[in-house]
Amino acid sequence: MSDDVKALSAQLASDPQSLVFLRLGELLRQKRQFDAATRVAQHGLERHPHLADAHDLLARIFADAHDYEHAFDEWDMTLRIAPQHTGALKGLAFLYFKIGDLAQAESHLQAARDAAPDDPTIEQAFAVIRGEAGATLAPPSPRATPAPQPAVSLPAADAEPPAVAARRSESVSALPDERIFAGLEGAEEGLLLLDAAGLVLGGALKTPEGTDVTDTVAAYLAGVSQESGRAARLLDLGSWHGLSAEGQGGHVYLVQPTPESLLLLMRDRSLPLGRLGLLAQRAAQVARQWLERQR
Amino acid sequence: MTAPALARALDLITRVRGVRGAMVVSRSDGLVVAEQLMEGIKGSAVAALASSLAGRLQRAMISAGLGSSQFWHLQCDQGALLVVPAGAEHGLLLVAVTEADVNVGLVRLELLRAAETAV
Repeated sequence: MSDDVKALSAQLASDPQSLVFLRLGELLRQKRQFDAATRVAQHGLERHPHLADAHDLLARIFADAHDYEHAFDEWDMTLRIAPQHTGALKGLAFLYFKIGDLAQAESHLQAARDAAPDDPTIEQAFAVIRGEAGATLAPPSPRATPAPQPAVSLPAADAEPPAVAARRSESVSALPDERIFAGLEGAEEGLLLLDAAGLVLGGALKTPEGTDVTDTVAAYLAGVSQESGRAARLLDLGSWHGLSAEGQGGHVYLVQPTPESLLLLMRDRSLPLGRLGLLAQRAAQVARQWLERQR
Repeated sequence: MTAPALARALDLITRVRGVRGAMVVSRSDGLVVAEQLMEGIKGSAVAALASSLAGRLQRAMISAGLGSSQFWHLQCDQGALLVVPAGAEHGLLLVAVTEADVNVGLVRLELLRAAETAV
């Protein structure tokens, strides 16, 4: 263990409530000790659950460890706490860029530029998105400063998986159906968007054994929106906005992106139901935007 | 399953703060078997819808390879409907109607406990 890590660890041990965990976690991240960095960040979050910088730290650790779904969650949480957090805005821009959603990437970068107009790394990132020669995009640094990235750079665009790179090259305005949920983990096996009649608009579902059950599940779910709405009205509960179910082998979460559609998200039991709800709401937002573009 | 046992089960659930009522519903036909509801809640209609929704979800989840449903939760702006299967061969549903700011985790636990011990 290096001296600086030891020193910060000792400092944190002597005052567990202090914010020194942010520096320690960042240092461990830079040293690519992701497990230790994650533990430090998560312990810090237990004591400071509403600290945006702590969520941002955890997101960067996840991003460096290529755990993009959790990174997305943490940056999303960061923005809920601090909507103008430039680190989180740049982080989400990076993730959107990774999966080829250039419009979202640019939108988040623009928001970051509005929040921090003097941050030169944002202009560099814009250059990447616009495809300017020689530019590469790395995950954001902890602060909006022009500090060079340490040895934590994620694969740049040219190192992306072929499928991702192929998607990125497509025109944003001509998104094919299968890209409704681009960027959301499990889009082709655990996400389903249906119309009011139970017809599939996008996504797919597979059993844990890999069998495609998209159409069967869609048929069973036809009418769920109406029945949920009727139950809510009968009970004077207002509108329904989520229906979750725990199964022996996994969870499902249903939301209504629009009054005429239904979105189902399915995951195994390792993902807590509350987190599944957050993912479902995000997927619903993506689906809503996609549906609007189809009109 | 006796009437006192059902009453005990519903007591356990309605004791939780924010619960407006609870019912035991026959899963197969959606009829109310027992209920403890605040005035104004249309028990029989809700029971029918809960049974129907449970059936749809059950079939969808089994088709998706997730096994049978153990708990489901309809979240609404001003409250929620929470349901747990109960009884032999899960022939019954325990249903709770709650306000919006209820502790869902606690109601879930009480529903599961009631389903295991009292029904």
